[in-house]
Amino acid sequence: MEFRLTQEQHMIRETAQAFLADVSSPADVRVAMSQPDSYTPEIWSRLCSDLCLQAITIPEEYGGLGMGYVDLAIVLEEMGRKLFCSPFLATVGLATNAILLAATEAQKQQWLPGIAEGKTTAALAWTGAEAARHGGDWGVSAVSVICETDGNNYRLNGELRYVIDGDTADLLIIAARAPRTSGEQGISLFAVPAESVGIERRWTPTMDQTRRQATITMTDLFVTSEQLLGSAGEAWPVLARTLALAKISLAAEQAGVAGASLDMAVAYTLEREQFGRVIAGYQAIKHKAADMKLKSEVALSAVYYAACVASEVLDPEGSAAIAAELEEAAAMAKGYCSDTAFFNAGSALQLFGGVGFTAEYDIQLYFKRAKASELYLGNGAAQRELVAELLLESGDSQ
Amino acid sequence: MKLTFNAEDERFRDEIAQWLETNLQGEFAKLKFRGGPGDEHMFSEERKRWEQRLAEGGWTCIGWPEAWGGRNASIEQQVIFAEEYARAGAPGRVGHIGEGLTGPTILAFGTDEQKARYLPGILNGTEFWCQGYSEPSAGSDLANVRTRAVQNAETGKWEITGQKIWTSLAHESEWCFVLARTESGSVAHRGLGFFLVAMDQPGVDIRPIEQMTGTSEFNEVFFDDAIAADLIGEPGQGWHIAMTLLGFERGVSTLGQQMQFQNELNELIRLARSNGAARNPNIRQRLAEAHTGLRLMRYNAMRMLSDTEDAGSESSALVYKLHWSSWHRNLGALAMDVLGPEAEMLESAPYNLTRMQSLFLFTRADTIYGGTNQIQRNIIAERGLGMPKEAKGR
Repeated sequence: MEFRLTQEQHMIRETAQAFLADVSSPADVRVAMSQPDSYTPEIWSRLCSDLCLQAITIPEEYGGLGMGYVDLAIVLEEMGRKLFCSPFLATVGLATNAILLAATEAQKQQWLPGIAEGKTTAALAWTGAEAARHGGDWGVSAVSVICETDGNNYRLNGELRYVIDGDTADLLIIAARAPRTSGEQGISLFAVPAESVGIERRWTPTMDQTRRQATITMTDLFVTSEQLLGSAGEAWPVLARTLALAKISLAAEQAGVAGASLDMAVAYTLEREQFGRVIAGYQAIKHKAADMKLKSEVALSAVYYAACVASEVLDPEGSAAIAAELEEAAAMAKGYCSDTAFFNAGSALQLFGGVGFTAEYDIQLYFKRAKASELYLGNGAAQRELVAELLLESGDSQ
Repeated sequence: MKLTFNAEDERFRDEIAQWLETNLQGEFAKLKFRGGPGDEHMFSEERKRWEQRLAEGGWTCIGWPEAWGGRNASIEQQVIFAEEYARAGAPGRVGHIGEGLTGPTILAFGTDEQKARYLPGILNGTEFWCQGYSEPSAGSDLANVRTRAVQNAETGKWEITGQKIWTSLAHESEWCFVLARTESGSVAHRGLGFFLVAMDQPGVDIRPIEQMTGTSEFNEVFFDDAIAADLIGEPGQGWHIAMTLLGFERGVSTLGQQMQFQNELNELIRLARSNGAARNPNIRQRLAEAHTGLRLMRYNAMRMLSDTEDAGSESSALVYKLHWSSWHRNLGALAMDVLGPEAEMLESAPYNLTRMQSLFLFTRADTIYGGTNQIQRNIIAERGLGMPKEAKGR
């Protein structure tokens, strides 16, 4: 039984920790939040050139490091801990997976080396305003951009919303559907340079200022058949797998947010004195912290499990039996980590007392990030419903 | 980081699975899924014979050294054994206290003479054990033990006087290990001894405690100048031995326990499907939460058992009791809500509970015994997070 981090994985964590300690202090985060792109370009360049973490899951033949999803999860966890502002999640945790899963060899050669070198950032642009229906609908009906065939090529029209880092990315992975289709039918994926004619991008300011979102309008965007990822009209299964991997990426970050919120709260309550002693000595505080600790630990187990599954999915020679657990593993990890990050950040804010409500203290930034991440791709209840479908309807009509 | 066991361990899995399938037949067939928590009073004679069958197959005490009849099985193999044992529905172990607690304690602290006297009976499934720790005023505060041990000046024997409580299987056991005060006037964890006491003697009186379940797994045990057959270690060393023993308790049995939970959850899902509760949005949420919680409990346990030196595994061990007990208690409540008004209906009068009723009621004990959830939270906060220790009144 080797459900533990390897020596190499401990080293990846230490490397990421050292880098982030240097470039993502609370002061650095506040600087990044105020930058035009919501991150500091010099720091992103350093991450790409010195650490090559943007290449972590890209196979070596495309200039990547060829590592697994557990390695990526460790990096994302550390980035979550420090609220690192960068296009890392959008590029590596979301968009790159679509290329790895859906692209032809030629398309991989076209796009992956640029990402691996740090020259290209990417975003996964798949949802229209429909994603907000019923308080969050992250399934097939969120795909609403229309793609019409134009000879061998395509024309895209419509609006994409909630696109993480969508207005700063160099490359967009766009999901669209054929006219008059619904459900899983008619969905296609395209890789499109963001500066193409027919694309208009707009930053949509968000409550969580550590992560940027955009609205993208396509007006007769011309896309060639070479830019089509996978088969026309049949992209839902591969998009679904991409989204499952995205949930695992996000869950890893959320586990980091949850752990950091706990650590900050414990450190503060060990300093703060009331009634003549540190408030960390009161059971009301200790027991809240213990509940946060329990959730943090289980969240990590959820992330490592789901990341192990993701590794098998991305490995061409991976175990099919384990890869088949992807949808459920992703829903369990995203659901548990969403609830945990929000519980821990919210509880931490409470334990900080009055100063937790100030702009000056950092816990508010974690609190806002926790809610934003919880909402994206569906909250805990939405993930549980997915688990329930798999659990209660599999092969049994009752 | 890997999710799977290696090929050799998988062969071991096949071996035990096959043995269980072959042997859980005939007189033992009716023991399937019986004798677990809440059902420990059932079929005790048959379950003792089952222990002897296990012993004949070499499947008792597999983690013990070969020199004392074990297989020196690795952690992985012990986990696999526990998983397959529960998956097969093999009955709750009458011998688990001897195998998991007494044996390892004697192996760690006993003399060769003591090992030769006590280990074979445990190994062969002929002598069973119960645990004499808790007392009416030593619950969460275990060190507040008042039971006394006095060495008789003439015979040299230690004589035990006092009251133990919450002793499960006392009436089924030949032996009890007893934590008692060897030094009069000593307080807390100082001055305690760890004694082995035969249950069948005039100075031992067992009184069953009738529980809210209507059954009596737990007992009070009164000692009145009962003669201890042996002292393990030295007088005064009792607390150290007792704490080491509690360390043996957690660990490999946990994955087997989870397999029992899985059996319960499967039963509950079957019921939810058959009465349509599986279409109720609220029940769906809770069943999904239960399923997720159990899966994550497994990975948490695997992390705990995979690497005993990693700080992460220490943390996953600290939260383990709070996690499973809370999960199980919620499952019990969910079972009632899945069944709706049918949940009220007894199996039969006067007070025979259905399995789901038994689950519901018995899981209220889970968050109390072995360290309450409140004590667990103190431990997590103090050991896991470095927060200040609770003030003590003495």
